[in-house]
Amino acid sequence: MPQIFHRSTNTISRVSIFGGAFFILASLWVLAEINRSSYVTQAFVARQQPVQFSHKHHVGDDGIDCRYCHTSVEESAFAGIPPTKTCMNCHAQIFASSPYLEPVRESWRTGRPIEWVRVHDLPDFVYFNHSIHVKKGVGCSTCHGRVDLMPLTWQVASLQMEWCLGCHREPERFIRPKEKVFEMVWPPANYNQLEVGRRLVNEYKLQDRSVLTSCSTCHR
Amino acid sequence: MNIKDTYPELHALRSRLEANQGKEYWRSLEELAETAEFREMLHREFPDRAAEWPGPDDVAGRRRFLQLMGASLALAGLTGCTVQPTETIAPYTRPPEGIIPGKPLFFATAMPLGGVGEGLLVESNMGRPTKVEGNPDHPASLGATDVYAQASVLTLYDPDRSKTLTYLGDISTWGAFIAEVQTALSGQRGNQGAGLRFLTETITSPTLAAQLQGLLNEFPQAAWHQYEPAGRDNVRVGAQLAFGQEVNTVYRFEQAEVILSLDADFLSCGPGSLRYARDFAAKRRVTEGKTEMNRLYVVESTPSGTGAKADHRWPMRAGEIEGFARAVAAGLGVQLGGQAAQPSGPAGQWVPALVRDLQQHRGRSLVMAGDYQPPVVHALAHAMNQALGNVGSTVVYTDPLEARPASAGTGAVNQLESLRTLVNEMNAGQVEMLLILDGNPVFDAPADFNFTEALKKVKWRAHLSLYNDETSLICQWHIPEAHYLEAWSDVRAYDGTVSIIQPLIAPLYRGKSSHEALAAFTAQPERTGYDIVRDYWRGRLGAGAGGQVPGTGPKPTTPSSAGPSDPFEQAWRTALRSGVVPNTALPPKSITLKSDWVSEVGKTTSGSQMEIVFRPDPTIYDGRFANNGWLQELPKPLTKLTWGNAALVSPATAVKLGLLSQGDDRLDVEAKIETRLYEVNGRVVELQYQGRTVRAPLWVMPGQADDSITVHLGHDRWRAGRVGTGQGFNAYRLRSSNTPWFGQGLEVRLTSDRIELATTQRHHTLEGRKIVQAAVIDEYQKKPDFVREEVETPPKEHTLYPEYQYPGYKWGMAIDMNACVGCNACVVACQAENNIPVVGKEQVLRGREMHWLRIDTYYKGALENPETHFQPMLCQHCENAPCELVCPVNATVHDAEGLNVQVYNRCVGTRYCSNNCPYKVRRFNFLLYQDFETESLKLLRNPEVSVRSRGVMEKCTYCVQRIQRAKIEAEKEDRPVRDGEIVTACQAACPAEAIVFGNLNDAASRVAKLKAEPRNYGVLADLNTRPRTTYLAALRNPNPEIESKPGPETRHG
Repeated sequence: MPQIFHRSTNTISRVSIFGGAFFILASLWVLAEINRSSYVTQAFVARQQPVQFSHKHHVGDDGIDCRYCHTSVEESAFAGIPPTKTCMNCHAQIFASSPYLEPVRESWRTGRPIEWVRVHDLPDFVYFNHSIHVKKGVGCSTCHGRVDLMPLTWQVASLQMEWCLGCHREPERFIRPKEKVFEMVWPPANYNQLEVGRRLVNEYKLQDRSVLTSCSTCHR
Repeated sequence: MNIKDTYPELHALRSRLEANQGKEYWRSLEELAETAEFREMLHREFPDRAAEWPGPDDVAGRRRFLQLMGASLALAGLTGCTVQPTETIAPYTRPPEGIIPGKPLFFATAMPLGGVGEGLLVESNMGRPTKVEGNPDHPASLGATDVYAQASVLTLYDPDRSKTLTYLGDISTWGAFIAEVQTALSGQRGNQGAGLRFLTETITSPTLAAQLQGLLNEFPQAAWHQYEPAGRDNVRVGAQLAFGQEVNTVYRFEQAEVILSLDADFLSCGPGSLRYARDFAAKRRVTEGKTEMNRLYVVESTPSGTGAKADHRWPMRAGEIEGFARAVAAGLGVQLGGQAAQPSGPAGQWVPALVRDLQQHRGRSLVMAGDYQPPVVHALAHAMNQALGNVGSTVVYTDPLEARPASAGTGAVNQLESLRTLVNEMNAGQVEMLLILDGNPVFDAPADFNFTEALKKVKWRAHLSLYNDETSLICQWHIPEAHYLEAWSDVRAYDGTVSIIQPLIAPLYRGKSSHEALAAFTAQPERTGYDIVRDYWRGRLGAGAGGQVPGTGPKPTTPSSAGPSDPFEQAWRTALRSGVVPNTALPPKSITLKSDWVSEVGKTTSGSQMEIVFRPDPTIYDGRFANNGWLQELPKPLTKLTWGNAALVSPATAVKLGLLSQGDDRLDVEAKIETRLYEVNGRVVELQYQGRTVRAPLWVMPGQADDSITVHLGHDRWRAGRVGTGQGFNAYRLRSSNTPWFGQGLEVRLTSDRIELATTQRHHTLEGRKIVQAAVIDEYQKKPDFVREEVETPPKEHTLYPEYQYPGYKWGMAIDMNACVGCNACVVACQAENNIPVVGKEQVLRGREMHWLRIDTYYKGALENPETHFQPMLCQHCENAPCELVCPVNATVHDAEGLNVQVYNRCVGTRYCSNNCPYKVRRFNFLLYQDFETESLKLLRNPEVSVRSRGVMEKCTYCVQRIQRAKIEAEKEDRPVRDGEIVTACQAACPAEAIVFGNLNDAASRVAKLKAEPRNYGVLADLNTRPRTTYLAALRNPNPEIESKPGPETRHG
């Protein structure tokens, strides 16, 4: 009886079995990477806003403190988006007739709020609290990046759970002295983060890692 | 009637139940009957099929199933790849003072019900009232709330509320209404308002009373009528009978050691019930070395929460309670003029013992008559309290709470007579203008008044109400009313304390308050409720302006007016902030019994015919809450019925009426009597009373008095809204003015129809295990740790899993079953706090109700008068949780502080966890129960809790959002969480303080102390689940004279 299959079939089948497994793994990896990419996470995508507000100008050039506008960052879960009143505190005097600021003045006249596009948008089942992070030495720029360099604002982190857990598992790699929380440029040169971080974790009585990584810490 | 001779089978059942010497508890007749259906249901974690294709698609076969499963598997991965839609943030333009975005604010206000106020603190999230809590500074609440207050936020956002002012069904305006009122009034001026009438509910609001009085001064011939379908006429007339004047009675349960309740359900309903439950439970709390407790005797016709707590409870027809009261009164030495007869039955034989017990506690006893007992019984109760020297200690009299027109003379306000007068005048054509403030008389007026026909004879009629309801339909004008969370007003509590009702939100639909509707009849028709209420108090609050509140007796101390501002303004702000107007509690009043009160006592009305008893519904009250889904779906205490009502009959009466299916082919004639009794539930009968008929399903109620059928009012409304319309049967159709609460001569005709009744009593049954522990106080005193014998707790190392340490916080809960009065407040509080959906009757019938917390009722002993226990059952947060081991996707896991957490996003809906949960406390979203569409309901949700969608499991979280809030606040201050800082929603609502939550690692915490009590036990602890929620065994304090009957079958506990 003649051979039905050519000898090369052995090789082809080996290659296709290996290739199949490789293809599946590769597709899973590609999917995972797509899921982490800024196409999905929207990281590094500058959002268009109703007003061309520039953090670069207000923070970088003018040196306004974060808390001047985000007033509730130290006491509430929500850092606070400034009411039109806060804009008008200055812009009733400066650039009072700039066409860029017409939406602000319109809001002030009509009482209709400016609808800002959310940049950092966590899913609804995540209950993030700004105040406790600020209190425990997580700096603004640790999560939000160098907003003093951003003309339009974008997010610099994926805001995915693995990113949150990175810090909740090893807070010593990220936390800084409380008084430096609002500094934009951090860490300074020749700074030993791990050494200071370990000291601060004790000093600030951070919860145990098992508590910080419990589901109930962030999800309710 | 001797049951033994008449109904031998029933007697046999009783003997069997009584012979169960051990701790044999049962929950429903069905459980006793052990029907095949019931056994089948027990073996599934949810009673009905999991698949949900109602209708003909139900036959979807294997292929369809595989297709769907294949498709869902293929598509499952894609759900993770969604990009969040762009969201916007709209900040304030000018920020209001005091609001920190993301932080809730609490405002003190009060909820009026039946005219009487309950002090509240309402949580406001960015201007939306979302959750009601009790006001700890308010004497009627002390921090607790009832089901009505908890559910009132849902009514506020009810999409069926009336949104527009209508005239003859067409949309009109407030301005048009005012214009027409003013025109019509000018016609009334000539005859001093002879054709002008106002109909209100019970009014205690000082401002509203002043407004009405002002109108009556302006129109001396006009009249103000009050009618409340579940009113307290009997209380008022009874006081009138005994004292010759109207008084308000305040009871002090904190002083009472022996209590006799004559059909009074003081723990569950009526003014002051929250406070009474608190004080009653405090006297029953056997903790921290205290070994004494109060003793409660109850005679009642239909089982109530109060009856369930009784140490001695005797079922008795409502009409026989007067005879019983006479016998007790005679025994106590009250002069009755020889009318006292010895009542028969089991209660009668114990009268001497009861009398002795009361007399041994002179000044520390209390006799209370129920609101629905006739005035005579109230007069008798007053006389008994007088004879026992209780006045001044456990019973305090004050001026009446209710406002009434000064022109009404000295006669007590009898609302039924008031309405009768109005109806007669309407029929006679004397009424030209009628303004109905609140209330729904077309639906709930006595049937013999023919209120609708009379109302149609009034030329000009207007109705102010929250809903465009039955009465609105008959009136030309309908004015949408502002909810109490939307309007300014004031109200008195059970002891007279005034609270200012302050709104939490501007009226959603431009509703008007009663104050504003009445202002339309004055020269300043556009005055706002805020101005009206403030102007009334301007002369009465603060220093300088007299400060005298009518009826408050001694002048309140003048507040030291530090600061430059107006003293009124200061006092006003203080009153708003604290939720009570200081020094407005009515002072005690010394009054004496009339010398001739006995002669006015009528003859007893007892007879041997079938009796009908009317009661307001325990959840939807008189029908006003019919469109509230939370209350409709709330299992009623004891019957656990949802979505509708039933006529309650006793087992013996069911037998007597021939309801048992003797010759029915469906049933084996040899079937056990409990099976056949169970078959009675849902049988439709025709109830005929005084020539009027309704068809009603029956419910066999253990503990119901024989020959007495109880029906609950408020159901089967025809214009309630999408939730409440057509649920149950309308008992108002049988209720006439001569028998407002009970009467003789009911005829029952059997039909062959059945209605399915949605009861949750049989759901989640814990198959005959040692769930409930109870003892009598003597046993407890001899052997405080009696539960140890009953509950075997395996040693810790009896598990394959490594021991886990909880070094930080270790959360736990203790529930004192001795305190729980089964009032359901915790269930609704949990529903409001945790965004729990309503599922509807059809889904409840399938056992899919979503309540995270349920109150299980356990009975013990004979059907006629079983011992009853309540057990709130919620997730036990087991340390060795069986649910966690079977989850294939790790969706239910333990956190580091011992909470058993459910991760909604991981859950794929296998329901293995629920299957493996021995406590049956997990709830599955079989369908999309949440309403994500209706705009107004979005405002209702608690922003701190995820809103669950279809296909996920959920359960009690120990209010993890409150734990985290407290932990974060504590950590910000660099301190540990203090004991009592975290209060779960159920704990906060509980009037009896039965639920305590806290940190078990803190030995000084209240919960740790309770867990150290000898009565503490874990339910099903023998499974080594190590539940974090444990229970304190119930105790009874029976009178040894009564309990010491020889024979083992009377031994309780």
